[in-house]
Amino acid sequence: MEKIDIIESAAILVPVDNIDTDQIIPARFLKTTVREGFGEKLFYDWRHNPDGTPSDSDPLAGRKCSILVAGNNFGCGSSREHAAWALHDAGFKAVISSSFADIFRNNALNNCLLPAEVSGEYLEKLTAILEKNPETVIKIDLGKQTVSAPGAGEYRFEINGYKKECLMKGYSDIDYLLSDKESILRYEESHDRA
Amino acid sequence: MGKTLFDKIWENHLVKHIPDGPDVLYIDRHLVHEVTSPQAFSALKKRGLKVFRPEKTFATCDHNVPTENQDKPISDPSSRNAVEQLAANTAENGITYFPLGDPGNGIVHVIGPQQGIVLCGQTVVCGDSHTATHGAFGNIAFGIGTSEVEMVMATQCLLQSKPEQARITVDGRLAENVTPKDVILYIISRLGTGGCTGCFVEYAGEVFRNMSMEGRMTVCNMSIEMGAKGGMIAPDSTTFEYISGRRFAPSGRQLEECKAFWQTLRTDDDAVFDREYRFNAADIRPMVTYGTNPGMGIPADGVIPDEAAGCDSATFDKALAYMGFRKGERMSGKKIDYVFVGSCTNGRIEDFRAFAKAVGGRKKADGVTVWLVPGSREVASMIESEGIGDALRSAGFQIRQPGCSACLAMNADKIPEGKYAVSTSNRNFEGRQGYGARTILAGPLVAAEAAVTGRIGVPSGL
Repeated sequence: MEKIDIIESAAILVPVDNIDTDQIIPARFLKTTVREGFGEKLFYDWRHNPDGTPSDSDPLAGRKCSILVAGNNFGCGSSREHAAWALHDAGFKAVISSSFADIFRNNALNNCLLPAEVSGEYLEKLTAILEKNPETVIKIDLGKQTVSAPGAGEYRFEINGYKKECLMKGYSDIDYLLSDKESILRYEESHDRA
Repeated sequence: MGKTLFDKIWENHLVKHIPDGPDVLYIDRHLVHEVTSPQAFSALKKRGLKVFRPEKTFATCDHNVPTENQDKPISDPSSRNAVEQLAANTAENGITYFPLGDPGNGIVHVIGPQQGIVLCGQTVVCGDSHTATHGAFGNIAFGIGTSEVEMVMATQCLLQSKPEQARITVDGRLAENVTPKDVILYIISRLGTGGCTGCFVEYAGEVFRNMSMEGRMTVCNMSIEMGAKGGMIAPDSTTFEYISGRRFAPSGRQLEECKAFWQTLRTDDDAVFDREYRFNAADIRPMVTYGTNPGMGIPADGVIPDEAAGCDSATFDKALAYMGFRKGERMSGKKIDYVFVGSCTNGRIEDFRAFAKAVGGRKKADGVTVWLVPGSREVASMIESEGIGDALRSAGFQIRQPGCSACLAMNADKIPEGKYAVSTSNRNFEGRQGYGARTILAGPLVAAEAAVTGRIGVPSGL
C-alpha cells in the first residue's frame, strides 16, 4: 500500500456543506465491478451539462491538485467506497474539512486518502485565502499532524494513532486482521460462535 | 456506572483492543449485495482466500435489478454483469444467495429481518449505509465500505473505534396521521443532516415502544441521514413476536433460550449517554422535505424556512434553487409529477397497507406517475394475499416487482430532470433519483395524498 508523509500542493476548493457521496460519484457509475477508472467520474454531474459537455461550474476546471478543501460534513450519505476511489484516482491525497461522515472517513483511510479534520474557524480562513488566491500551496504534515498555509497559520489535527501509523508505513487493516486469526478463533470458541 | 445496550453488545463482540487504536470487533451477520461486493470478492481471490464464515453471510441482488419483467434477462449489460458476478461469487464461496425471482429475494434490509437472518444483540454489517435498519431489533448494525466488506469476508471481524453514544427519547402519543417516517424526518430536521456524526443512537420512549417492527425499521434505517453510525431500539415482545417462525430464526427451545438472553438487552437505568435529546410526540406532524438533504424537512402544511440546521446559507440557497422553491413558500398545494412508494425505508407490508387505506375509495390522479415497489417478494405476495393489490389496481395503480427501484437512479426507474417526486425513500440529494430530479421525502400517507390529488397535502389519518 502507498504511504503518506508530507503533502504539499495547491488545492481544489468546494465550499459547499454536506457534500454527499452521490455528488462525489453518482450511483449510475457504480455498475462496474472493478476498482479502477472512477477518477473521471468524480463530481460528474457538477462538472458536466446534461448533454455531457463540460460545465462552467466544474470545481476542478482542468486543475490537478493533491488536496481538496470542502465544506462541513463531507462524504455523508451512501457508504460507496467508490467515492474514495474516485478522489484517489483523480490524484487527491487528502481532503480538508471541518467534519467527515463516519463511513467516508474509514473508506478514505483504507485508500490512503487522508481526511484532515480542522476547526470550522480554520476552514473559514483557508476558504477565504483560496477564494482570493486559488494557487495558494497548502502543506499537510501527517507526522506532525499539521495543516498550514501562508496567511492561515498552522492547525494541528487529530488522528487515531494506529491509523496514522498505518498511513505512514503503508499498513492495511486487513493485513492486521489476517495476522491475528488466532485471536479470532479463540473468540469464536469462547463465545460459541463458530 | 451502568451500561448502555450498545456497550453490552459491543463488549460481547470484542475480540481484542489495540492500544491507542481501534477494537477488533466480531461480526455475527454479513449481508451482501451486488454493488459493493464484487471488488471485495476479487481482492479476496487475489489473496488466495475464500470467505471465512460463509454461513454468517447472506446475499441478494437489489440495486441493479429492474422492477418489471424480472423473468427475463436484465437488459442493461453492466447491471446484468454485476448480478451475474454476485451469483458466481456466492456459489464459489458457499454463501446463501437469494437470486432474482427467488421467494427470498428483495432489498437487502427488507429480507434480512424477514428471513429471520437478523436477530437481537448481534453485530450486523453490510456494504450499504442503510444497514442501520437492523438496529430496530436491538443490534449494532452499520454500513461499511468495500475494503471493510473484504475484511469481514476474510476474518469475520472489523477494526472499529467505539463511537460516542446518543439517546433520542420521544414520549407521548402520535396523531393518527403521523407515521414512523414522519417521526424520523422530524428528528432529522431538528438535529440536522450531520447532527449525529460520530455517534451511535438509541431510540427510547413511549413512541418507539408502541411502534411495530416495520415502523422501528423505518426509524433506524434513516439514522445515517443525520450522520449517526447506526440507531437501535431495545428488543421487547414486539421484536420476539416478529422473529418467531421466520425461516433462519431459531425455534422451539432454542428460541426460548435466546429470548431469555435477549430480554437482558436493555440500557441500565444509571447508564450515561454522551448526548441526550428529548422530543414530544404531540409536536410531530406529517412531514415533507423541501431541500436537498434529509435534514431540510418541515410539516406538510408548513412554510419553507430561511435556514436549516447544519446548513450554511450558500448551501441552503443552492438547495432551494435546485428544488425550484423559495423561502416562505407553503409546501401544501404544490404540484408533483411522480410518487414512489418503496425502498428499504418504506417498502414493507405496513407501508402498502397504510398507502392503500389512505387512498380509500379514491382514484390515482391524472398526469401523476406512481411507482409502487414492494421491498421483497414476500411483501409482494402479502400485498396480493391481503387484497391490497386488487384494490390499488382498480384505483388505477400498478404494482411493480421488488428492488431498490427509484431510490437511487441506478436501474431503469429514474425521475426525469426537473420533475417533482414524492418519495418514501431516504435521500433527497441532488440527482439521487435521476439527473436533475427533485425529491420530496415523505411517509406513505403523504405519498397516498399526492398520488390521488397530484399535490402535496396533509393526510387525514387512518
